[in-house]
Amino acid sequence: MIDGHSHEGPPPRLTLRGVVKRYPGVLANDHVDLTLEPGEIHALLGENGAGKSTLVQIVYGVVKADAGEMRWNGRPVAIDGPAAARALGIGMVFQHFSLFETLSVAENVALGLETGAADMAALSERIADVSTRYGLTLDPGATVYDLSVGERQRVEIVRCLLQDPQLLIMDEPTSVLTPQEADQLFETLRRLAREGRTILYISHKLDEIRRLCDRATILRGGKVVAACDPREETAQSLARLMIGVDVSPTRRADGGADQIGDELLRVEGLSMPAANPVSTPLKGVRLSVRRGEILGIAGVAGNGQNTLLAALSGELPAPRVDAIRFEGRPIGLLGARARRDLGINFVPEDRLGHGAVADLSLADNALLSGWRRWSLVRRGLVSFAKSKERAEHVVERFAVAAPGAHAAARSLSGGNLQKFIIGREILQNPKLLIAAHPTWGVDAGAAAAIHKALLHLAAEGAGLIIVSQDLDELFTLADRVAVICAGRLSESRPAHEVTAEEVGLMMGGLFDAAIVRGGGAPSETGDARHGG
Amino acid sequence: MAAEGAFGIRLERRPAPSRAMLLATPPLAVLLTVLAGAILFAAMGFDPLETLRAYFVSPLTSLYGWGELAVKATPLAIIAIGLALGFRGNVWNIGAEGQLTLGAICAGGLALAVYGHEGPWLLPLMMLAGAAGGLAYAAIPAYLRVRFNANEILTSLMLTYVAGLLLSYLVTGPWKDPEGFGFPQSRLFNPEALLPIVLDGTRMHLGAPLALCVVLAGWLVVARTLIGFQIKVVGLTPIAAGYAGFSQARIIWFTLLLSGGLAGLAGAIEVSGPIGQLQPAISPGYGFTAIIVAFLGRLHPVGVLLAALLMALSYLGGEQAQIELGLPLAVTGVFQGMLLFFLLASDFLTHYRVRRTASTPAAAG
Repeated sequence: MIDGHSHEGPPPRLTLRGVVKRYPGVLANDHVDLTLEPGEIHALLGENGAGKSTLVQIVYGVVKADAGEMRWNGRPVAIDGPAAARALGIGMVFQHFSLFETLSVAENVALGLETGAADMAALSERIADVSTRYGLTLDPGATVYDLSVGERQRVEIVRCLLQDPQLLIMDEPTSVLTPQEADQLFETLRRLAREGRTILYISHKLDEIRRLCDRATILRGGKVVAACDPREETAQSLARLMIGVDVSPTRRADGGADQIGDELLRVEGLSMPAANPVSTPLKGVRLSVRRGEILGIAGVAGNGQNTLLAALSGELPAPRVDAIRFEGRPIGLLGARARRDLGINFVPEDRLGHGAVADLSLADNALLSGWRRWSLVRRGLVSFAKSKERAEHVVERFAVAAPGAHAAARSLSGGNLQKFIIGREILQNPKLLIAAHPTWGVDAGAAAAIHKALLHLAAEGAGLIIVSQDLDELFTLADRVAVICAGRLSESRPAHEVTAEEVGLMMGGLFDAAIVRGGGAPSETGDARHGG
Repeated sequence: MAAEGAFGIRLERRPAPSRAMLLATPPLAVLLTVLAGAILFAAMGFDPLETLRAYFVSPLTSLYGWGELAVKATPLAIIAIGLALGFRGNVWNIGAEGQLTLGAICAGGLALAVYGHEGPWLLPLMMLAGAAGGLAYAAIPAYLRVRFNANEILTSLMLTYVAGLLLSYLVTGPWKDPEGFGFPQSRLFNPEALLPIVLDGTRMHLGAPLALCVVLAGWLVVARTLIGFQIKVVGLTPIAAGYAGFSQARIIWFTLLLSGGLAGLAGAIEVSGPIGQLQPAISPGYGFTAIIVAFLGRLHPVGVLLAALLMALSYLGGEQAQIELGLPLAVTGVFQGMLLFFLLASDFLTHYRVRRTASTPAAAG
């Protein structure tokens, strides 16, 4: 079709044969074979550290393979760098955007074009043209600073599309998007595929892959372990292929609701300035958690989650003592240590550098948060033997893959460190556990273990607050769900009464319409808000 | 747009610096300093081996020399233990010299105030007065840092010069020896105000065993106590310290007051030990040299003790080389500076590696 070759059918868009990449101590890619056909959306699936990133970086020329063969449209090629990859017709949209916030969309696109673009007017026209053709609503004159995350991603995609790529690599594109934005993105990707372009789609989200992709290649430990049609698989079977063992479902037991007890935490009228210049201030936040209950807080990152978490954990005490009550007692002004003494434990979003000190051993990191609840300090002297014991206990109970309590926190993989931190907090028998993104960037096996531990904690009568962007996770765990947007928190509602769609709308700031007004249809423009 | 065939140098952070390298860098830095010193001496027209012998070996050929080593190492170790604790917590007290001066003023002032009425109670009180003086002086940068977030490096350093001028004023004015023929110095203290000699035939005084106690206490704080752990966490990751509920302000107060107090104690030891009176200059820069000692000792009390001995030797060697070969005394400063330079350089290379980057040969290749 595109190349008009003599042999039957077009050659595959890209063929990898026996690709090997070795890093000190790790075989990141072990004789990987991959074939991408024109016009297909191909999923690359695997746990953290399975070798997906390395493979994609080899294709995009960022990393050089140690061995193996690469054919582009049937011809052997060697890709020396991203520029060479783009010249062939390979585009990539990274998880983290590289945009200048103070420049306009068109200017950002111009900066990314190799050929240079002297004529901004013509470029703006091309941008408008591409964005209407693929349903990527975008104003070329808008300043990036004003754009939402989803719109910023569109800028990156348009930048790739202007190069007319035959292969577009998307790295975890929906991790920052609301469900509606994700749906729009899928529509765009399907249109691109219909034109004969190939999409290589990297994701953790099994449901997404089943909805979107035509084929999936699954990596485990650097090797290709399976290739399948994800539409014919279940999320369970894909997860099994990915991690090699059965993942037990972590649905809450139906009886869970019976065990919910009296009120544990009440927050009322909590307004406070942002935790730091890049966070969002809180406006009149109200919430309550009962014993044995899991409250899920959804929201797109950067909508006040950090400030709320700091206020709840005590790292940034509230402005008024009665803004936060725990077991009826006003605790708004108490600091992190005093709140932990009361039984409020916290799992922050950042594992390294917040929840754990990278250079210290696991034993020292056990001491970090557990020194009071575990009585690890007597008369100012630390018992390192006891800290080590506690750390070993956490490692054992939560199946943390670590050589021992002496291992430095930074030597653990993200998922294992997360298991350690969650285990450390849970084994302190908290009455209230606040967890931010408990399974962010964690592979499916570890995520299942973490979910199980959190549910078990709630079943034992602790209250939990889970802040997450991952709606699947929230619906798996939470009894009630609330949404945070622009520093305001919606009323919480029983998880079985709200749909993911509604939550998605609220994440986009429409929760006045969606919830306060009794869950009616949201207004198109969002000006259903109270005047003011 | 990179020029073809251009070479560049790129610094790359090593994933994890090896522990062996971290321990090996101080001896390596010493070795490099000796080598560079030899080259320097040769360039000046001296026989390098002879000069190095005069510098590093001659001072230690007599018992008296060893005693002198202890006399010089005593203030360095005491001050550096306090500084090292602060540095571990990212609290940069650069003004130990000023705190030492204040300690000397308080201890010396006490000795002068009770002149003629001394008793055995005086020495302990002088030590306390010295420590209190240094502590109070370090409280100024601590307050400014906690209250106004003023950089303690600048405030503590600037206060050093204030302390020096205060001492000059005192010894040229109110506290001047009435029988001192107008020399800017105080009376000589009476024997009750002087630290007893612990090793006959030398000047080694009670301050030396005191310094060993400080080193031991420093080790206890670093290795065994909660406050030592808190300092470490605040220094490594302030956000994690906030998570644990460790107060950064408390750590700033604690480390600045402790290092100030220890510097003040060193000042008291100096005036009641080798000097025996107040003079316009009571320290050959011990407060600054102790910064090098703290780093050379890897901020660890045992390392600090060894580093203090080495730096003390550099003072002695400088004097010896001046006497034997007529080298300028400034060579001591040069040696100390080179040592710090090589230490920082090898430290840097332990954490980073230098990569030569050659832009890929033109597309044809």
